[in-house]
Amino acid sequence: MAIDVATVRKVAKLARIAEPEDRLAPLAQELNGIMSWIEQLAEVDTDGVEPMTSAVAQTLPMRDDVVTDGGNAARVLRNAPRADQGFFVVPKVVE
Amino acid sequence: MSDLTRLTLRSALDGLANKDFSSVELTEAFISRIDAVNPQLNAYVLTTPERALDDARASDARRAAGTAGPLDGAPIGVKDLFCTDGVRTTAGSKILGTFVPPYESTVTSHLWRDGAVMLGKLNMDEFAMGSSNETSAFGPVVSPWRARGSNRNLTPGGSSGGSASAVSADLCLAATASDTGGSIRQPASFTGTVGIKPTYGLCSRFGMVAFASSLDQAGPITRTVADAALMLTSMAGHDPKDSTSLALPVPDFSQFIGKSVKGLRIGVPEEYRIDGMPEEIARLWDDGVEWLRAAGCEIKSVRLPHTRYALPAYYIIAPAEASSNLARYDGMRFGYRGEGTALTDVYETTRAEGFGPEVKRRILIGTYVLSAGYYDAYYLKALKVRARIAEDFSKAFEEVDAILTPTTPSAAFPLGEKQDDPVAMYLNDVFTVTTNLAGLPGLSIPAGLDSQGLPLGLQLIGRALDEGSLFSLAAAMEQAAGFTARPEPWA
Repeated sequence: MAIDVATVRKVAKLARIAEPEDRLAPLAQELNGIMSWIEQLAEVDTDGVEPMTSAVAQTLPMRDDVVTDGGNAARVLRNAPRADQGFFVVPKVVE
Repeated sequence: MSDLTRLTLRSALDGLANKDFSSVELTEAFISRIDAVNPQLNAYVLTTPERALDDARASDARRAAGTAGPLDGAPIGVKDLFCTDGVRTTAGSKILGTFVPPYESTVTSHLWRDGAVMLGKLNMDEFAMGSSNETSAFGPVVSPWRARGSNRNLTPGGSSGGSASAVSADLCLAATASDTGGSIRQPASFTGTVGIKPTYGLCSRFGMVAFASSLDQAGPITRTVADAALMLTSMAGHDPKDSTSLALPVPDFSQFIGKSVKGLRIGVPEEYRIDGMPEEIARLWDDGVEWLRAAGCEIKSVRLPHTRYALPAYYIIAPAEASSNLARYDGMRFGYRGEGTALTDVYETTRAEGFGPEVKRRILIGTYVLSAGYYDAYYLKALKVRARIAEDFSKAFEEVDAILTPTTPSAAFPLGEKQDDPVAMYLNDVFTVTTNLAGLPGLSIPAGLDSQGLPLGLQLIGRALDEGSLFSLAAAMEQAAGFTARPEPWA
């Protein structure tokens, strides 16, 4: 199940990371090195084993559906790369 | 009073209580040592001397008024993974380069509640992804330790390399750290310090920059076992803001220091005796067994047959969770923003320029193993292997009360040595990653020096929520080991 250049291009696109064309082949090689080491997991007999999705078996707690925080627009916007009149300013979304 | 920086946390607190010195005097001693040494070690990425002195003055006032808390006046360092209200927090990444949190992590808020003084923010591998501190956007941390007769700079380990280096080099009394696959215990082992990763859920993850949420846990790095107990007692505790935080009372872990370990059953897993493990580490492990036997423990061999699959399973689960957690860094609401004409361009350049190579590698692996067609083969398979690993421990803990292993398969290595081989770097965590997958507590203590004069650690693994036994056992081993070696002075 080797990772080729086309797969790296697709995965980088899915991950929203711009990777220049000349980086795709070296990246494919790096990722293949890691994935081929990971392949040894196939040796483990996991028939009938339930996937372990959390470290501690516990039911997630419920809380009342009420507002607990808010009204801090100015503090929240303080870290924005661009903000204007109480809003985040983002690049054009609709062509 | 320059030797104030060499005190343990416990003895510093005693000195403060006895009015031998004030918190301002103690804090000033650390500030001047940081000024002299940090430019060489790069342990702090941000120092906060004014905040520290304000904290110290307030602490001295509380002590005079008789309202001092359990850590009152003790200067500590904070791994730059913990959000600190009004103080820049970067997780070692360019993408968070200018982020100033408008809120405080729960763990640090507990430390301030108990009176601790903040000296600054400590360097770390970018987003805690690394075992040598070389992936930090601020450059690597240098360990204060050097091999005998050598002047090569060594890694303090990672990802909590700044925490380990700072505690070891007397740049703080104790430090916060975090551990996703070994990031507290491996650096502790490399620097002759004590580190504990508690049971998953004991410390709140609220305000910790997320890497892999089902594995991340906060814990302290300290000089002694008793100091680790003091720090963890403060850091732990239920928090409604973290849905995985355990709603249980936190014991005073200090009560377990010095408690008899007679009759406790200690497991020695043969699977940890891996190929190529240096003879010195095997011998030190045997020493550890003898120390515990002499303290009255019963030693038993145990089987943990899936140990060798823990690391490859981790390198599916952790990147998968990271690829999801790090999706938030899109350059829109906080942090670095790249250039571009349309929205998607901006996302892509922001993330390409903001993340370092190791973080990108892990995001790509995580995205790949979660993508259509591979999810079952990789991600679900890894979660099933994780269940097998947890099951190994459950079976072992039917027969023993704790497990003793080496912490790392080698001593600290020179900076630059393993940078080009990701899998070789990942193998640093071969003995520590199992407890993250199983959610169990693991503690590393300095046990001796190798032939080059570099520290080596031993790890104790306990049942879930049995940190108490780990502290008792570690304190007994600490006494038997008599580890008094010190790193280079650097000033």
